[in-house]
Amino acid sequence: MSKRTALYDEHVALGGRVVEFGGWDLPVQYTGLADEHKACRTAIGLFDVSHMGEFIVEGDRALDFLNTLVTNDLSKISDGQAMYTAMCHESGGIVDDLIIYKRSKDKFFVVVNASNTDKDFAHAVKIKKMFPEFASVRLDNDSSNYTQIAVQGPRATELVQSFSDQDLSKVKTYWFTEGKFSGEIPCFFARTGYTGEDGFELYVPWDMGPKVWRALVEKGTPMGLKPCGLGARDTLRTEMKYPLYGHELDDDTTPLESGLAWVTKLDKKTFIGKDAITKKKESGIKYSLIGLKALGKLIPRQGYTVHDGSDRRIGLVTTGTFAPSLGYSVAIARVESGFAKVGTKLKIKVRDNFLDVEVTPTPFYNKEKK
Amino acid sequence: MSLPTNLKYTKDHEWTKTDGKIVSIGITDHAQSALGDIVFLELPKVGRELKAGETFGVVESIKAVSDLYSPVTGKVVEIHQALADEPGKINSNPYESSWMIKVEIKNPSEVEALMDSKQYSEYVSKLS
Repeated sequence: MSKRTALYDEHVALGGRVVEFGGWDLPVQYTGLADEHKACRTAIGLFDVSHMGEFIVEGDRALDFLNTLVTNDLSKISDGQAMYTAMCHESGGIVDDLIIYKRSKDKFFVVVNASNTDKDFAHAVKIKKMFPEFASVRLDNDSSNYTQIAVQGPRATELVQSFSDQDLSKVKTYWFTEGKFSGEIPCFFARTGYTGEDGFELYVPWDMGPKVWRALVEKGTPMGLKPCGLGARDTLRTEMKYPLYGHELDDDTTPLESGLAWVTKLDKKTFIGKDAITKKKESGIKYSLIGLKALGKLIPRQGYTVHDGSDRRIGLVTTGTFAPSLGYSVAIARVESGFAKVGTKLKIKVRDNFLDVEVTPTPFYNKEKK
Repeated sequence: MSLPTNLKYTKDHEWTKTDGKIVSIGITDHAQSALGDIVFLELPKVGRELKAGETFGVVESIKAVSDLYSPVTGKVVEIHQALADEPGKINSNPYESSWMIKVEIKNPSEVEALMDSKQYSEYVSKLS
């Protein structure tokens, strides 16, 4: 049976259509995907992301342990700062993508994908055991203790500020602060998100979730807030070409072929997967993750094949959708690297037809140019 | 939305309207609501021979792809191109004006076997 977040009753009361996702019962939409997507781009979108997993990593060697575990270089961030990274197998395939929040030099808060939480925790435990010097590091799966609510959109910060005892204007993107929500509820205010909009992700005690959610809905609705389901979360992240595990990322593909070279620091002394990834880089990266813009009306979907001008299959769509902010369809695809150049004309096979597409710069959606 | 009583319904959530030998086919309010914002409609060519149960097209919302099934056997005599150009109209009114294809049928019993509005309403209410 699927798990329910603390906000399940709120979703039902708001007319959310609940579906199973990553082992959780969550709303795919409330009033309608397009409306919710637009509310997030123009005002405020409110998301229940409590299904995400949270780990606590603490101790004198916590930083070294995490830096061995993940591909990005955690020594580069300060207290109160967050970092996006991948975590790999020895083979170089991706275990998951995650965000690490540095609370202090020996306290870290790690957020992972819902459907990977158990796998990730088992992986972290395994790696910790491989290195006796990390025996003293505390590693806890604290996932069931947090309600996570994402408040995203041009008016999101204004709304969150009205409930926060912290000066959020001082919290830069990918930084966070710890304080109180409504003067009483302990809360991490993290300026992170998955929509391409400004805003915050709030971590509060699990059972405080409904109180926080209701307060945000009540005050935010006159400001244009809409609760958003998984559907809008997916179209919003796709317009930004943010990867989603199971689509762009998987156990068998390295970060270099998944658009995550920027968080893979091969100059770092060591990390799990480094040797395999380095070898891959030296032998030449065969595939690239690119953005494709549909030039016709057909809609590309995950699993559809990508072809060159002579119909030869050169790749696969990892995510495809109609993009509500753009008015046309887009796809994220993994293709042979020779076809990754912006402007390259390709085709996607949609049922019995070919859809003309063009390699396009990403993010697909650009706030300044909208 | 109340179900039109002059139409017949399928378990795949299509509706049919019969006018002599011509049967119009569309999707029900339940179907459009389940799909969400419809952004694409693919229709067959006029003249195509359809068998009952066969796919005649595809309707897509932002996130979902759904096949369209013909409940009747016959020849496609007309397609609703204006609807394919503005498929969002299916969301606002799925019945009558949002017909997708017209099929000339040979066997009227295929239509008679479909559910009436009362039966379809009960069928939908049993789906969780």
